Amino acid sequence: MTTITHLIKTFTLWEFIKAHLLTLKYFFKRKATINYPFEKNPLSPRFRGEHALRRYPNGEERCIACKLCEAVCPALAITIESEPRDDGSRRTTRYDIDMTKCIYCGFCQEACPVDAIVEGPNLEFATETREELLYDKTKLLENGAKWERAIAANLAADAPYR
Amino acid sequence: MPKVTVDGLELEVPAGATVLQACEMAGKEIPRFCYHERLSIAGNCRMCLVEVAPGPPKPQASCALPATEGQIIRTDTPMVKNAREGVMEFLLINHPLDCPICDQGGECDLQDQSVAYGRGTSRFEENKRAVTEKYMGPLVKTAMTRCIQCTRCVRFAEEVAGIEEVGAIGRGENMQITTYLEHAMQSELSGNVVDLCPVGALTAKPYAFEARPWELKKTPSIDVMDAVGTNIRLDSRGRAVLRALPRINDDVNEEWASDKTRHAVDGLTHRRLDKPYIRKDGKLVPASWAEAFDAIKPHWTGKAAVVAGDQVDCETMFAARELAGVSMLEGRQTGLAYDTSSLSAVNFNTTIAGIENADVILLVGSDLRREAPLVNTRIQKAVRKRGAKVFAIGPVTDLTYKVEWLGDDLSALAKAPKALADALKAAERPAIIVGGGALRYEGLHGAALAFAKKYKLVRDGWNGFNILHFAAARMGGLMLGYAHEGGIKKLATAKAGLAFFLGADEVDYGLFADSFKVYVGHHGDNGAHHADVILPGAAYSEKSGTYVNLEGRVQRGERAVFPPGDAREDWAIFRALSDVLGQRLPFDSLDALRAEMAKAVPALGVEGLVDYGWSEPSLSADVSGKIADYPIKDFYLTNAICRASETMQKCSAELVHGTHFLEAAE
Repeated sequence: MTTITHLIKTFTLWEFIKAHLLTLKYFFKRKATINYPFEKNPLSPRFRGEHALRRYPNGEERCIACKLCEAVCPALAITIESEPRDDGSRRTTRYDIDMTKCIYCGFCQEACPVDAIVEGPNLEFATETREELLYDKTKLLENGAKWERAIAANLAADAPYR
Repeated sequence: MPKVTVDGLELEVPAGATVLQACEMAGKEIPRFCYHERLSIAGNCRMCLVEVAPGPPKPQASCALPATEGQIIRTDTPMVKNAREGVMEFLLINHPLDCPICDQGGECDLQDQSVAYGRGTSRFEENKRAVTEKYMGPLVKTAMTRCIQCTRCVRFAEEVAGIEEVGAIGRGENMQITTYLEHAMQSELSGNVVDLCPVGALTAKPYAFEARPWELKKTPSIDVMDAVGTNIRLDSRGRAVLRALPRINDDVNEEWASDKTRHAVDGLTHRRLDKPYIRKDGKLVPASWAEAFDAIKPHWTGKAAVVAGDQVDCETMFAARELAGVSMLEGRQTGLAYDTSSLSAVNFNTTIAGIENADVILLVGSDLRREAPLVNTRIQKAVRKRGAKVFAIGPVTDLTYKVEWLGDDLSALAKAPKALADALKAAERPAIIVGGGALRYEGLHGAALAFAKKYKLVRDGWNGFNILHFAAARMGGLMLGYAHEGGIKKLATAKAGLAFFLGADEVDYGLFADSFKVYVGHHGDNGAHHADVILPGAAYSEKSGTYVNLEGRVQRGERAVFPPGDAREDWAIFRALSDVLGQRLPFDSLDALRAEMAKAVPALGVEGLVDYGWSEPSLSADVSGKIADYPIKDFYLTNAICRASETMQKCSAELVHGTHFLEAAE
């Protein structure tokens, strides 16, 4: 019996037809690929992308130079120097992140007591030279200004789970 | 010797020990804030609660409870745990949660103990207390809201520093620590309250927000600001020393350090010599090492004069001596010319720890508070705790304890006033301390020795004859023969063709006008201005060095950071120079040098107190005249490192010259 079934399948090219049917089925299904960069996948509010230093709504920078992010960073990518600002408050004079060292673990934003350093939703920050990936305080604060609305929305969305 | 049981462990404790000490002896950790080994017991933080039977059925403060025979102490019961949690919760009620901006973060007793013994949450919902900041001088930064009122600072100021300027006003929640009139603490030891403060209420002002304790490299070192040889720990990051903290050494500094020791370290990064210089047409121009050595070569005649400064290590002095020969060495820059045939006669024989036991002390021309603040605290302790009597010859100055001033006439040594003579006769352990600066008075050394003989200051098991030096390099220098007959003036008459100055900034360079002057040092101070060639060396933080303190204690410090720019370790400079001069020194490493040095002066090879033996040189005891003044005019600016330090300049301006930096409180 099995021999006869086998013979029929062989002569009708059954495997061939089955494969084509499968192909045809996926031909009419929705496509999994997107047309990047014109189309983009949705990102979780917890997505850990490019870093940014945030400010308070009144313009005051949030970072207080507690150095917890520097201490927790497993890749030793963060370098901070600090001193008292003229008004006596504790501020950084230098806040560098070596993005070539960073492993995007997100520990820095977990450690931050004031939500100053965050990993924003931006993942498109490839550069042509290595030096451009050595971020300093100005660059990070610029990032913060640029991405503040998205970052704030993400933080708000994730807040109930924290 | 009462026997107590701690958590089932039976042990015998010394009479007079507290329950807390008994627990520590049993190896139990007792949390505490107000209790400190070197201060009196206050018993006001209540963190050290333990269960003690027999006694009332409630936890008791172990720090203030004497251990008695048959006590059963428990530190691990639920009651003790609850009590600690409760106390911690109360302490945290008014303590702000500002650890991220607090300089104490990472080395805070409250932080550590709340993790170990706290509940983790608070039930307090009311408003927290806030306290206005207080002004405590240029070295102590206050954040009084963080204060947990342990009163360690108050007790330190009164008992160790001897100034009654810090206190607590108000009661209960309204209690505040203050300097009353909000002026700077008038003490050379004010920096110690920062270490004592278990929270971040008092922090170091010059170090404010600079670093976290976990990012610092810690190196054991020896301080060179005075001759006490304070054991310090240098905390460095990268190439800069950020702070100096005292290490515990009961024989030398206990656990204190003077403000100069602590805060002169910022001078290590200012005004440094970081490349060789050669004087051309009256101007110093930068040069390479080879050029600098070549400039020295024509003046080399096989020997040279060497003048050592106050902060040089023994290795440097030994290397210079090996190269330049022993005939023209001098370490006493300011022109002192006392006899050094017996080192015991120029030593602090009673030892720093020993002077605590003296019952009558005579100070001769010694402003202890500025010349050796940590020796002063020992005498302060002798006066306060053991009722020692202190007499002094010299201009009246505030030494923080009661002193009977005998006028400034030195004839009092030859014919002691009755009060002094009576006290000395009745004394069991009398001592005399002659200021190193006062030795400039002709005959004083001999008169002091005669005085010591007359009143038997040196007796069985007790040597009460002391000279108090205030240069860290002095005793080491004397051991290495850095004392020319007749002092530096006589040395200058020898007209050396070539003279090396090892960090010597207090020298009258006019004396050496005819010599070719080579300055080997680290700061562009007085010495560098007069030099013909400058060879940049390393400061004390940048080399491993051997130092001998004023009591003859050999101590070693390690290198914390590297010298800046082209500067090199001093011994290596002499080793390199010796090659150029065709007289190669027989050591290529520091270890080899130390071995050579130990061969030449065996005592320098062993760390610890050197026994010079007691012998008196026969000197003329004729002395007359008056002690006009003390050698240290400005405590904060005594050497090149201090003078380069902004913090020390600020201290000098405020505490010595009375400039007011007080900012408005609100």
